[in-house]
Amino acid sequence: MSITKRLFAGLSTIVVGASATACGGGNKTSECVECTDSVTVGILHSLSGTMAISESTLVDTEKMAIEEINAAGGVSVGGKQYEIKYIVEDGASDWPTFAEKSKKLITQDKVPVVFGGWTSASRKAMLPVYESKDAFLYYPIQYEAQECSNNIFYTGATPNQQSEPATEFMYKRSPAAGKPFFLVGSDYVFPRTSNTITKEQVKALGGEVVGEDYLPLGNTEVAPIIAKIKKALPNGGVIINTLNGDQNVAFFKQIQDVGITPKNGYYVMSYSIAEEEISTIGPEFLAGHYGAWNYMMSINTPASKKFARDFKKRWGNDRVVADPQESAYNMVYLWKAAVEKAGTFEDNAVRKALVGVKFNAPQGPVEVMPNHHLSQTVRIGEITPNGQFKILESTNGPVLPQAWNQFEPSSKGFACDWTNPRKGERYRL
Amino acid sequence: MQLILESLFNGIAIGSVLLIAALGLAIVFGLMGVINLAHGELMMLGAYSTYVTQLIFKLPAFKAFYNSYVIVALGVAFLVSAVVGIVLERLIIRRLYGNPLETLLATWGVSLILQQFVRSVPLAVGSGLVMTLLIGLTLPLIIPQKIIDQRGKRLINLGSWAISVLIGITSANSLATSISKLGRASARNVDVTAPAWMRGGIEMWGITFPVTRLVIIVITIIAVLAVTWFLNRSVWGMRIRAVTQNRPMSDCLGISTETVDILTFGIGSGLAGIAGVAVSLLGSVGPNVGSNYIVGCFMVVVLGGVGNLLGTIIASFSIGIMTDLIGAGRLLTIWPDMPSPLASTVDFFATTSMARVLVFALIVVFLQFRPAGLFPQKGRMVEG
Repeated sequence: MSITKRLFAGLSTIVVGASATACGGGNKTSECVECTDSVTVGILHSLSGTMAISESTLVDTEKMAIEEINAAGGVSVGGKQYEIKYIVEDGASDWPTFAEKSKKLITQDKVPVVFGGWTSASRKAMLPVYESKDAFLYYPIQYEAQECSNNIFYTGATPNQQSEPATEFMYKRSPAAGKPFFLVGSDYVFPRTSNTITKEQVKALGGEVVGEDYLPLGNTEVAPIIAKIKKALPNGGVIINTLNGDQNVAFFKQIQDVGITPKNGYYVMSYSIAEEEISTIGPEFLAGHYGAWNYMMSINTPASKKFARDFKKRWGNDRVVADPQESAYNMVYLWKAAVEKAGTFEDNAVRKALVGVKFNAPQGPVEVMPNHHLSQTVRIGEITPNGQFKILESTNGPVLPQAWNQFEPSSKGFACDWTNPRKGERYRL
Repeated sequence: MQLILESLFNGIAIGSVLLIAALGLAIVFGLMGVINLAHGELMMLGAYSTYVTQLIFKLPAFKAFYNSYVIVALGVAFLVSAVVGIVLERLIIRRLYGNPLETLLATWGVSLILQQFVRSVPLAVGSGLVMTLLIGLTLPLIIPQKIIDQRGKRLINLGSWAISVLIGITSANSLATSISKLGRASARNVDVTAPAWMRGGIEMWGITFPVTRLVIIVITIIAVLAVTWFLNRSVWGMRIRAVTQNRPMSDCLGISTETVDILTFGIGSGLAGIAGVAVSLLGSVGPNVGSNYIVGCFMVVVLGGVGNLLGTIIASFSIGIMTDLIGAGRLLTIWPDMPSPLASTVDFFATTSMARVLVFALIVVFLQFRPAGLFPQKGRMVEG
């Protein structure tokens, strides 16, 4: 073998090795002493590409939840203790890849459940796969709703559990109350639908939306958007931000430079910025702006503190926990509870058993509703210079989820109920 | 007046990012004809160099000079990208001259390798590797010829590589121990924070000029002036141009074409590194930061006319100004009583996504009429 050939062979081994570690394939075990059998579940998030920054934290949390369940004796089904094993697949921030990997997990690995997704685009790409194979996806992110699949279980907030209370807060009780709104987002389904709802709601409240703009995914040139904001809001106002991933960094770095700051009367309410993103973007750019979530790390309850402490112990003291992670954590436990209630891993039985399952989550009590969403508490927070939320408002207990939005004209008056075969995905109230 | 000024500034700000990113490509693609798809990843290495430099300047020993880390980062990024570029040229591209398609595929492969490299290898190890390459490549050049003659070339080469590997390993080790963030591999994006003096804006004539944008414009101007001077006035610059125009003849006249290739590619790559510094100041730094810019870079070079620096400059600024005019909806502000069908069309395109579409469409139309770009090269070298 010539030197070049050997070098090439060596290089390709390195490359193959590197990609194998990146996909994180293979089953990993965590301790469950009394378990006699095991069940393998699927975890499907982006570990590379634009979304990796956010989605890798979900993988960490799901692993932690699984390890906790295993350490506490696994899942008990039919008198037997099952240890949970998992297969991690990389969706690579590429929506067709999510669909492809879902197929692989369902047909090849035969997992009873997949925990996965972040962007709505990835969920929309996966949806037909789960519906055609009648498999079950647990999706942990706050999203725009207007969807209610029998094959997806949504543990994130619907708009009436996040954006609607937030819009109302900004219009009525924030320092910029009564001022005009400007909507900024990444150019894909969640920001566009969420902003349609916000526009209707602001109109209903009597306010004014003076402009909206979307940044194509992967583009970080925010100068034209900033110019538009300055023109549309010369005297300050509310900016509703649904930018995703690293586009937020460019946006917040650059609005501060041109004086779009709370000091000058501009308040940004973001729906995709949690503690994890605050620490990456830098709290110095975000302090004084707002966020709305079901879970915030600063919630002062034993359950919340324990969740944060356990996560730091498992993944490092500099790590933080945030709402999407809490949802991901909850869904693993909810799945376990539903399986134990059903007494089998079989999809349809678990799906039926799931409705009505309650769990004492880090955010407080949550319950699975007939529309496959969770009832959750809503909180509004101001970002502090140390990278946390100062909780300003919190609802008096869990808010019921609305899969079909009541501000958006096309879905007004509709609801979803999977426990009643005559109602189903979309019925008139 | 204020409006025109603001629009002009925004256009120049967007254009200067494009220009600094495309400048290195204009040299590599324009002068050497190499389609380097790894150009974006060389930018990414520059951005990561800025990040590492920033962390080093946060150490107590350098804390006093923290405010000037960006200037140091420019030098570091240039060297890092230039060294990686030179290694790339020596190992791969040199063997593929004259095969544009193979070069394209090979450099695309390299770009994927580099992206995965920063994801799966700790930055400290990467820094050590670059350090090794840098010292290993320069040490034989600075050792006096006399000593080389005495000891034999082989021994000196071996010795200098041994020294550089040693320095590389120690520097990787000391980086990993003193800055824990560099010791772990991570696919997560990292953040470069500009020093305090570069944040905020300067208020003038009722417009706020962001300081980071001004700094990037200054960096771009200096880089363009330096490249122009180098290509037109320095001896090696003239040799580069001679080789571009007629390679066999230059070879006959005693110009070392191999050295010229290394130098051209090194400078082109180094400029990508400087672009990386600029980009890191605007957004976050991640493995994908370069691939976001590569299409725009090629667009600028093609629109400007391959191998023409002036064309590249004009092309990037006109793309920047057009993006701002269309995307920020300025046409309507300039001409408020536009007839309503026209006004609604303009309004339809006045979003960032549509502006991008429209700018690309306009470029495609323009290239239909002038396929060789704004300033086509004349003469025999077009065929060569």
